Amino acid sequence: MDQNELQAIAEKERKSRKPIRVSCCTAAGCLSSNSQAVLDNLRAEVKVAAIDGRVDVCSVGCMKLCSRGPLVRVADGGGRRDQLKDAVLYESVQPDDVAPVIRAIVDGGRADIPVADRSHPFFSRQKPIVLENCGWVEPERIESYIEAGGYRALHYVLREMTPEQVLKEVTQSGLRGRGGAGFPAGVKWALVAKTPSDKKYVVCNADEGDPGAFMDRSVLESDPHRVLEGMAIAAYAVGAAQGYIYIRGEYPLAINRLQTAIRSAKRMGLIGGHIMDSPFDFNVDLRIGAGAFVCGEETALMASIEGKRGAPTPRPPYPAEHGLWGHSTLINNVETLANVAPILRNGADWFASVGTEKSKGTKVFALAGKIRNTGLIEVPMGITLREIVEDMGDGIPDGRVKAVQTGGPSGGCIPTEHLDTPVDYESLAALGSIMGSGGMIVMDEKTNMVDVARFFMEFCMDESCGKCIPCRAGTVQMHGLLQKICDGNATPDDLALLEDLCDMVRHTSLCGLGQTAPNPVMSTLRFFRHEYENLLRKEAILT
Amino acid sequence: MKTEANAPSKANSRQKNGNHPSGDNRFTMLETSMKKLRYQPDALIEVLHSAQGLFGYLTSDLLLFVAHALKLPPSRVYGVATFYHFFTLEPRGLHSCSVCMGTACYVKGAGSVLAAVEGATGIKDGMTTPDGNLTISTARCLGACGIAPAVVYDGEVAGRQSPEDALEKLNEWEVKNGPE
Repeated sequence: MDQNELQAIAEKERKSRKPIRVSCCTAAGCLSSNSQAVLDNLRAEVKVAAIDGRVDVCSVGCMKLCSRGPLVRVADGGGRRDQLKDAVLYESVQPDDVAPVIRAIVDGGRADIPVADRSHPFFSRQKPIVLENCGWVEPERIESYIEAGGYRALHYVLREMTPEQVLKEVTQSGLRGRGGAGFPAGVKWALVAKTPSDKKYVVCNADEGDPGAFMDRSVLESDPHRVLEGMAIAAYAVGAAQGYIYIRGEYPLAINRLQTAIRSAKRMGLIGGHIMDSPFDFNVDLRIGAGAFVCGEETALMASIEGKRGAPTPRPPYPAEHGLWGHSTLINNVETLANVAPILRNGADWFASVGTEKSKGTKVFALAGKIRNTGLIEVPMGITLREIVEDMGDGIPDGRVKAVQTGGPSGGCIPTEHLDTPVDYESLAALGSIMGSGGMIVMDEKTNMVDVARFFMEFCMDESCGKCIPCRAGTVQMHGLLQKICDGNATPDDLALLEDLCDMVRHTSLCGLGQTAPNPVMSTLRFFRHEYENLLRKEAILT
Repeated sequence: MKTEANAPSKANSRQKNGNHPSGDNRFTMLETSMKKLRYQPDALIEVLHSAQGLFGYLTSDLLLFVAHALKLPPSRVYGVATFYHFFTLEPRGLHSCSVCMGTACYVKGAGSVLAAVEGATGIKDGMTTPDGNLTISTARCLGACGIAPAVVYDGEVAGRQSPEDALEKLNEWEVKNGPE
């Protein structure tokens, strides 16, 4: 495989496109709303109407507005991407709605089905880098990804750049880990690269455990090759020959599409031995998780890849020094790796021009909760929460925003008076929350914040691996106290004890799960203390 | 630990060629998938995934069989099987109802859906009805937050579920009402 062959595949793909492209979302959100039947109907009806000579029916990934699924897009740009802006995006398409859609194509009109307003801020404020191909490429066909410029970055890197140059480029781009903590990716890569080790590994962390987060799932279901390409570039930069993708068992569709992607990339020689006729070898294997939230923590994740219980180990040593089977290992999140190919394709300066001074690029959020527009958004760093919630999310149908929760069980609740906070790692941390992996849950005034804190504590209690005492016993005690408060049986002493415990668990737990478990309690205590106090005075006992 | 009729009762008389003395060919299928993974002890979780896929749940006999094949101490296999939520050592019901309790579903009322299902059947989350018809479980976010609250009925995700929707589904499966 060389540049010419890649171009030939892309050219062939482009030529085979028909003038009209009908795309149906088959990512998990829309599939749950019966989009498979819609897709089957589309394929059948196109044949019946005898327009299959000029209409392509494609199964694509996420088209972002998940709350209005299944989504179907009709574009008559001759299969050219730059003409997508004139496309029609039908919402909530039911299998019966397919006939009118096809009739509209034949007659050259628009079907009488709700159409998404593509000039709405939900779409217009997005800045797609990670999601640039989502909803465009067909995730199960590698040719479609190659046509969209896929594997060009890998080719360029292998042919024109030394590993040191790649490291420099990634460091310059300012890319930070998208898993939540925001560690600079370039520094991590350089650490692994300079560690002497006879074997090195690259691991993609796709154990997206935060409840309310589905960004990584959407990327893997919509554009799996982008992650493979990112992994291969990372492996070249750090000198690894083997990669693992550790993915949640709860994501069968993403697993399936990744398996297909790995198979077809191997067949084309884009993964495996002597990639693109270079001396570089890189293999990827899938490891499927078995439902343990703690496995998102890197040392626990490595234990799980080795077939053990997912119990974390103290750091240092960091995975860069002592990782999988004792070898130097690079662990990055899905979204971090998905950013790699565009950075190398367009240059570090291009990437660094997006975002804020300390947080470069974009962030993908899974916008959910009581908001009108729920779905997947990718926004430049530095956008305010208000723009996301009120403009893009279009607010709450009947009520007011009370809080925005970011960072899942490790994060916090940001109250409405702080909605003008820019979204970047430091600003969110200053409010006692974290950027997190990208779950963003909007809560309205009917949501009781003590109940939310109890919900997250129950989660951490269930998911604590039991290795260290502060987390194992502390989460149980904190949950007990929160339950007591919710039941209206608590005294001010209980609240004081809860605060003491928060402090203790946070400072003495072994891994990130325990260290961040008190965050939801602390942030709700900080901003919504009156709700706790009301419950102490038994003014608003929850049922 | 209960032993089902289709699982072997004696695990110590295993033949060398991998065939299980029970003659159950699911063991042969498990053997094949272990062979594909080159009997690597590291592949324990993958092997348990396929074992549960074949048998539905993991009996102690099955765990011993895996331990023997991968040359791992049975304690390690048992430890892993009980650590991860995905693996179950008890038989599941004929039907399954898994309520997503992710944050988005929770704030949109997944709790009341679960309460309705529990109330109607008289069993709690993680349990199976005495007649073996239904298992209730909760999921930690399916990633279907856009259509919250989500419930998985027999592997099919359904979005925007109300307590009434869930009860209707139980009626369809002829789930008997539990003790009030």
